[in-house]
Order: sequence, then C-alpha cells, then structure tokens
Amino acid sequence: MSSLEIINLNASINGAEILKGLNLNVPQGEVHAIMGPNGSGKSTLAKVMAGHEDYEVTGGDVLLNGKSLLEMEVDERSREGLFLAFQYPAEIPGVSNANFLRAARQARLPEGEEIDAVAFYKEIYDKMDQLGMDRKFTGRSVNEGFSGGEKKRNEVLQMMMLEPSYAVLDETDSGLDIDALKIVADGVNAMRSDNRGFLVITHYQRLLDYIVPDYVHVLNDGQIIRSGSKDLALELEEKGYDWLKEED
Amino acid sequence: MKTETETESRIEIDREEANFHYDVDYKHDAGRGLDEETIDYISNVKKEDEWIRKFRQRALKIFNKKEMPTHWASQDLNSIKFDEIRYYLSAGEAPKRSWEDVPDEMKETFERLGIPEKERKFLAGVEAQFDSEAAYSNVKDAVSEQGVIFVNSSEGLAEHADIFRKWFGKVIPTGDNKFSALNSAVFSGGSFIYVPPGVKVKHPLQAYFRINAEQFGQFERTLIIVDEGAELTYMEGCTAPKFETSTLHSAVVELVAMKNAKIQYITVQNWSANVFNLVTKRGLAHEGAEVRWIDCNIGSRLTMKYPGVVMKGEGARGEVVSIALANDGQHQDTGAKMIHAADNTSSNVVSKSISVGEGRSTYRGHVHIPKHLKGCKNNTECDALLINPKSRTDTYPAVTVRGNQHSTQHEASVSQVSEEQIFYMKQRGLSEAEAMSLSVNGFVNDLVREFPMEYSVELKRLIDLEMEGSVG
Repeated sequence: MSSLEIINLNASINGAEILKGLNLNVPQGEVHAIMGPNGSGKSTLAKVMAGHEDYEVTGGDVLLNGKSLLEMEVDERSREGLFLAFQYPAEIPGVSNANFLRAARQARLPEGEEIDAVAFYKEIYDKMDQLGMDRKFTGRSVNEGFSGGEKKRNEVLQMMMLEPSYAVLDETDSGLDIDALKIVADGVNAMRSDNRGFLVITHYQRLLDYIVPDYVHVLNDGQIIRSGSKDLALELEEKGYDWLKEED
Repeated sequence: MKTETETESRIEIDREEANFHYDVDYKHDAGRGLDEETIDYISNVKKEDEWIRKFRQRALKIFNKKEMPTHWASQDLNSIKFDEIRYYLSAGEAPKRSWEDVPDEMKETFERLGIPEKERKFLAGVEAQFDSEAAYSNVKDAVSEQGVIFVNSSEGLAEHADIFRKWFGKVIPTGDNKFSALNSAVFSGGSFIYVPPGVKVKHPLQAYFRINAEQFGQFERTLIIVDEGAELTYMEGCTAPKFETSTLHSAVVELVAMKNAKIQYITVQNWSANVFNLVTKRGLAHEGAEVRWIDCNIGSRLTMKYPGVVMKGEGARGEVVSIALANDGQHQDTGAKMIHAADNTSSNVVSKSISVGEGRSTYRGHVHIPKHLKGCKNNTECDALLINPKSRTDTYPAVTVRGNQHSTQHEASVSQVSEEQIFYMKQRGLSEAEAMSLSVNGFVNDLVREFPMEYSVELKRLIDLEMEGSVG
C-alpha cells in the first residue's frame, strides 16, 4: 500500500511564510490536481516535498508510505518513490540522457548489481516511441538546447523510466503547445495505475481536460481553501480565482 | 584470512590504488643532494661517453645559475629541498624483455597498476620505469620488424648515438628553464623512439613511470623521432605512493615529427599529492607534420607543464588538448605554447580545468605568430569549472600575432556546477557525490573522447574517485 499525506505543512523562504498549514491526502492510485493563482504556494509545495534547500519547513510533516520525507535527503526521497516533474528542468551539459537515466536507475539497485544495458535501451526506446521522442535524444545532453516542449517530454520520459509511487507534476503544461500537451498527457495517463498517485499542479484548467483528476484542490495563500470534483476546475475557469477568494 | 584473489580485487576498487610502495635494495644510490660528484656517479654507473658527462656538467652549472621562476610561478617552488632529494636510485639491472625476469617487487608493482594486462590487450610495446631506470622494456615483434626502435634513453645513447645526438637537446635546449637544466644534468630513463619513414605504428607504445622511493627525484628523458610520413601514438602513465615528504618529478620530452609525420602523445598522470611535477614538453613539426599533445593532469602538489609545438615547416599543425583536476591543496598550473615559424601553420588549444575544494588551476597560454608569415591560424578555448566556493582558477593567455594575414580565436569561460543542477540530479535519486561526478564528467566529456577507449574509462574512474571526497 502506498500513501501520501501532507499534514499541517508550514514552510518559508528567506523568512517569508509561504505554506501556512496545508493539509492534503492523496490515496493510492488517485490523481489530485492543485490549482491556484500565482503566488499561492503551488511551486513551493512541490519544492518542499522534494526537499529543496532554499525552503525551511517550520511545521507539519509529509508522509510517503507512512515515512516522513522531511527526515530524508533529496535523493533518498526520490529512491523512496517520489518523483518531481520540474517546471524548469535543469540542463546538464555533457551528460547524455541515456547515461543520466542509467545512473538514476543504477542508484536504485542494491550494491554490486549492474543494469542490463540491452534491456535498458530497449525499454528507453519503447518509452521514447510512446512519447513521440526521436531516439537521438538518448545521446543528447540532458535538456541542453531542448525546446520547452522537449524538456517537458523528457520529464515524462524520466518519470516513466523511474516508475515512482507518487509523481508531482509542477506546471507541466507551461510552455507546451496543444500537440505536445496531448502527448505529455497521454504519457501520464499511461502511467496511471492503482498503485501510483499523482499530484498535478497547474494554473490553468486546460491540462485537466487531458489528465482528468479524481479531485481538484484550490490553493490560496498557503492553504487549501476548496476541494471538489473535476467540475471545480471548470467552475474556476469560468469564474476566475477571485470568485473563491471573495467567497472566503 | 583473506585469500589471494580477495586481496587482489580489494586493491582494484581502492581509491588509493596507486598508494603503495615496496622496500627495494638499490644497488646504485647517488645519495642526497646534487653536485658534480652526483653527476659523475650517474655517468659512471651508466658508463656514459665523455660528451654526455660534459653535457650533464654544463647543465648543472646552468641549473645552479638560473633563478627559481617565482616572479611568475608559485612560491611553493621554494619548498623543494634540492639538498634532501636522492637523484639516482637503481637496482643495477638491465631492463628485462620478459615480465618473468623482472625482480619481484617491481613486477608486483606494475601488475598492481595493470601494466602487463594492458600490454597484452592493446599495446605495441611497453617500457616500465621504476625510480631511475626501466625494469621492463619490450616491443612486439611485428613492430620491431618494421624497424621501430623503442628503448630507454641510456640504451638509445649507447646503441643509436647518431640519431639520438642529432636531436637531443635541440627541441628543448638545456637552458630553456631551470627544470629543463636540472633534467639535463641528472636525466635517467625515459624513452627513445625512432619510427622509420612511412611506418604507421598501429597500436600505441606506452611508457609507465613509477616512483617508489621516498624523497626521490625522477628525471626521465624522452626523445621521439618520427620520420617522413610515419605515424606514432605514445602514451605515458605516472603514479607514486603518498609520502609525508615531497617527491620531485622533472621530465623533459622532445618530439620530432619529420615531413608529413604524425605524433600523438598522450599522458594520464595520477600523482600522489606530495609530488612536485615540473615537466618540459615540446614538439618540432616539420612541413605538413602534426604534433598532438593530449594531456590529463590529476593529482600532484604542484604541476607546471605547458606542452608546446614549434611549427617549423609550412602547413605544420600543432594541438594541445588538456584536462586538469586540482583537488584540495593542489595546484595545476598548465597550458600550451604554440610557436608558428612557417606559413600556413595552424594550432589548436583546448583546455578544461576543474578546481575542487581549495584546489587551484591555472591556464597559461603562449601563441606566437610573427609578422613575416602568412596564413597562420590559432584557436584557443579554455574552460574552467569551479566546484566549491573556495575553488580557484586563473587564466593567463598571451597571444602575440603580428601581421594581418592570420586568424586567431580565443574563448574562455568559467562556470560552476549550479545548485539547481545538483538538486535536479538528486531528485532523480543520485547522491550528491554521484551528481557531482556526473556533472564533472559531463564537463570534460568531449575531451575524454580524445583518449583511446581503455584510457577514457580509466580517466572517468579517476575523476569519480577525485570527486568522491569533494562534497558534504
């Protein structure tokens, strides 16, 4: 059984409080969307979960499969099963996509075990085909010189190869045209399963037409102010975030 | 109790795999300090001709007269205690043609460093030097049948005096710098290679320089002559154990590429952190010839090395590709010299350095194109990567181009492994050290490809080992 629980999470950056007691429970196999206006704390939530050192957690906890993520190093969280698809993926000059993924896969193996290179390449090619990525991308440096869409596709490829128990997608739709968005969404949908949960962070409803969530949460000023079904996203699209803020 | 095999495999994965030494009974020991008697001792042991003795004596005078170059180079040079160094140590045996005949402690040394294995796999010939003299020297029959000569410098002087003397000290004169004078006074070991016209040596020849003794100076002298239209790849590796006291390595390497010849000289050095590595390397490229230096500097306390190419004939090409990694307490002061002395000559310098912890890397470049020539080209790129906030890098490029029929290009960059990069890699499950190693390997990746496969693998592994202790 996998589980993700965010309990009364408080976090700040440079002394400014961003998350102010955030509570969220994503049961196994569900897709939850987090929407909210700019500055509501959406990206902060993603980075705090992954363990970015710029953010200070001042209270609360994040439990992955019952274990506190906050006690773990960034890489331990990843190996524990947390994946973050970055809004702005870093470029790593000189390190090929294939080598990078191999190293990441290798890091998950017990000491002394080696990756089977042939099987690895077969798998990565299959997944690239699925995402409509040219196979040449295995040899290109990670994200270097990639277009916005290529970077996001590469994030989904990494997610597919690392098979996390929970994936956080941080504004994965930003910078994507509609065709790329569909491909990325297809990749994510193919990954949906009973034992994998998703937290989809987005500013716009558009992405949720393609990745249909089980629940939608609205984040404002560091707290979840409304939760509902996928229809909530449509309502937000129509009425804007101010509608909820005023109601608050 | 451990079995033999277990011990072997443990050595292989030990990050200090070159850090061991054996107690050896040296038959010949010139004692500590350097004066005329030291030189007589070396010359007598080697039974040298009178002209060589005189060459050495003259070099000693030049060495004593020359100031330390501390007005531009590191003050750390003043820490070398010339009076405490031992200038010649040997077991008094001629180099063996078979590993079977090599004395045990030397054979074990080279076995632990993997030399006989590499020889079997992909080398055309090997010379393995232990302190002052070669313990093993062999060249495959197929290569010697082509007329290729591959011996140590003493044998070269004795057996091939005519060719040796013609070029010896001509590419790098004794008085070139204080350390070339020192080497000229006390040189021992190193390779002498002659490749006859038109012979393209398929597989590399390799020399391995091992320092075993404490407070010792190794002064190998290498002279390589590749005749018209011939081609050679030569590789050298060097290691030493870690001692409390400092060790000196000061080589002189002269390359001569005759018309249309090609020489590729590859160095992978992995000195321990107590070694002063002060080496002078220069190649002379005749008409249409090419000299390439591919140089990887890891380890040592201070390395000063600026491989050069004098492009003497029209259309000659010179190249230096170098990687330097300066860890805590280390200073890699490296670079390149490109002297254009004929029309339509071209040179290329690509240098990448990595500074870790409080390590310091310095690039010094010298490109010279005089006014009376035409059609000369130089391209220089030097990139530095800084790992920690206290890491340091300096660049001193000197480009002198006179006349207006030339083209030169210079690019330099300094970058850091960014925190965002490391965070990204860690989020994919890599530890900080793995992430750092991957970034650094990525930084030098395009240059590592210039090394032969077997060496690029070793190089990557050495970089991983160096990066292991650098974070946290």
